[in-house]
Amino acid sequence: MRYSGLRVIKEALTGHKGWKPAWRDVAPQAQYDYIVIGGGGHGLATAYYLARNHGAKKVAVLEKGWIGGGNVGRNTTIVRSNYLLDGNEPFYEHSLKLWEGLEQDINYNAMISQRGILNLVHSDAQRDAFTRRGNAMILNGADADLLSTETIQKRYPFLNVHNARFPIKGGLAQHRGGTVRHDAVAWGYARAADQLGVDIIQNCEVTGFRIEGGKCLGVETNLGYIGGGKIASCVAGSSGRLMAKANMRLPIESHVLQAFVSEGLKPVLPGVITFGAGHFYCSQSDKGGLVFGGDLDGYNSYAQRGNLPVVEDVCEGAMAIFPMLGRVRLLRMWGGIMDMSMDGSPIIDRTHIKSLYFNGGWCYGGFKATPASGWCYAHLLATDTPHEFAKAYRFDRFEKGWMIDEKGVGNNPQLH
Amino acid sequence: MIINHPILGPRDSAEFTYMGDAALLDRPDWQAKDALAQFINYGYLRDNPAGPHQELWYHEQGDRSFLVVTRDTTTHEISSVKLANDVARSRGRST
Ligand SMILES: Cc1cc2nc3c(=O)[nH]c(=O)nc-3n(C[C@H](O)[C@H](O)[C@H](O)COP(=O)(O)OP(=O)(O)OC[C@H]3O[C@@H](n4cnc5c(N)ncnc54)[C@H](O)[C@@H]3O)c2cc1C
Repeated sequence: MRYSGLRVIKEALTGHKGWKPAWRDVAPQAQYDYIVIGGGGHGLATAYYLARNHGAKKVAVLEKGWIGGGNVGRNTTIVRSNYLLDGNEPFYEHSLKLWEGLEQDINYNAMISQRGILNLVHSDAQRDAFTRRGNAMILNGADADLLSTETIQKRYPFLNVHNARFPIKGGLAQHRGGTVRHDAVAWGYARAADQLGVDIIQNCEVTGFRIEGGKCLGVETNLGYIGGGKIASCVAGSSGRLMAKANMRLPIESHVLQAFVSEGLKPVLPGVITFGAGHFYCSQSDKGGLVFGGDLDGYNSYAQRGNLPVVEDVCEGAMAIFPMLGRVRLLRMWGGIMDMSMDGSPIIDRTHIKSLYFNGGWCYGGFKATPASGWCYAHLLATDTPHEFAKAYRFDRFEKGWMIDEKGVGNNPQLH
Repeated sequence: MIINHPILGPRDSAEFTYMGDAALLDRPDWQAKDALAQFINYGYLRDNPAGPHQELWYHEQGDRSFLVVTRDTTTHEISSVKLANDVARSRGRST
């Protein structure tokens, strides 16, 4: 069934009796060509592009819970391509371009809103760094715009530009950045993949791998053994836990990141704004709630909830740049488990075990990467060669000294 | 979280800086034959368990000691706290 405005009107006039489930509920088959483990945004996008770009026929996505229950449904929905390093920027720009055409491609309203993102600058050194980053972005075909304090004050009159401790000295804007309705991304990719014949199997947890003679033949699950030609791990924050079942240790630690939503307000915030002096970022959802977040809690965690010191820190960041928010009440907060890698950049690569592939290490920036991650992972799976935009995302970059460390903080996962 | 410091008693975890897996105490021997492989392991690969995890907390805003804390990563519950010094000595090291 294709979705369209006409369809909505027709259904409205006929009692909404014609809508069908967005994807089939199927039992697993005994053998697939491709098994994607993890029904988050990346797993679903991978399955979709395997079918769409490479004509893959027998593809399954195995999800231990429900579609959209992981980080794809827990993030703060920001998409952008404002990276500095060569290993990253072409990949993220490809992703942003895919976002721009996604709704037409998958015939699903993902509420993609290019409302712009502004990174504030608070010192001369920071302005230099952001100027350099903006230039790197432009060289890679992305858009970047260095704004003066005056422009910022005119566009965002509520910002405290004269803060005594952290005056605002300008900002780097990417006008094509913005927000996307995160759940809709999971549902939209799931529906589009299903229409191309992908089996989406929920409540199916992978509990082990069947590996013989150095080759992965399939996976053990709570629904029994499922054989696969190629097995693709794509479980974000659970990467360490899952790959341990194949006796692999990863350059990844799992950490909790919290997010917050305020009560609904009238439109106050035009776009995404990030504070450059502390870690705080904020946007306003279409329902009116302010959506914001800050730093990781900072210690290994698989508990999908955080602790109070970070709540306090995030709220202090909010007050430092948006004093107008002082009386806004918090509505909800939650945590998600991040696959923090040793250099802050992801991995899309083969493993040393034949037929077993790995996608992970997305840290807290993996939502924006969803389309490109699926696109490039599908390419790797189907052709056994890395996609040109993802060829830096290899496992051996740590031992070879090719780390992609945007922040320059070294192998400290909690600091990226 | 409250960390029960062996010398100072219960302290707010916000006084500490997290320094990662306590396996970092066991720095490889740089003269070993396979030192390179050992250092790659040491520097970049982690067990990252879901469950009890031994980790280093540095009491940066306190007495500057390193602690080995055993904490469950699924509940944040702390089951044991030791001075990293004592742990290293119990493994036969001088400090
Ligand atoms: C609070 C927060 C804010 C964030 N904000 C942003 C942001 O603004 N912008 C941005 O770009 N990124 C953001 N991120 C990061 C982004 O959400 C993640 O990097 C991204 O969603 C990870 O990919 P995914 O969608 O595939 O993960 P997930 O949705 O977590 O998918 C992994 C799936 O694997 C399943 N799984 C795990 N183990 C197994 C198993 N053994 N068998 C079967 N299935 C299994 C899980 O149930 C889960 O559904 C944020 C994350 C959090 C938590």
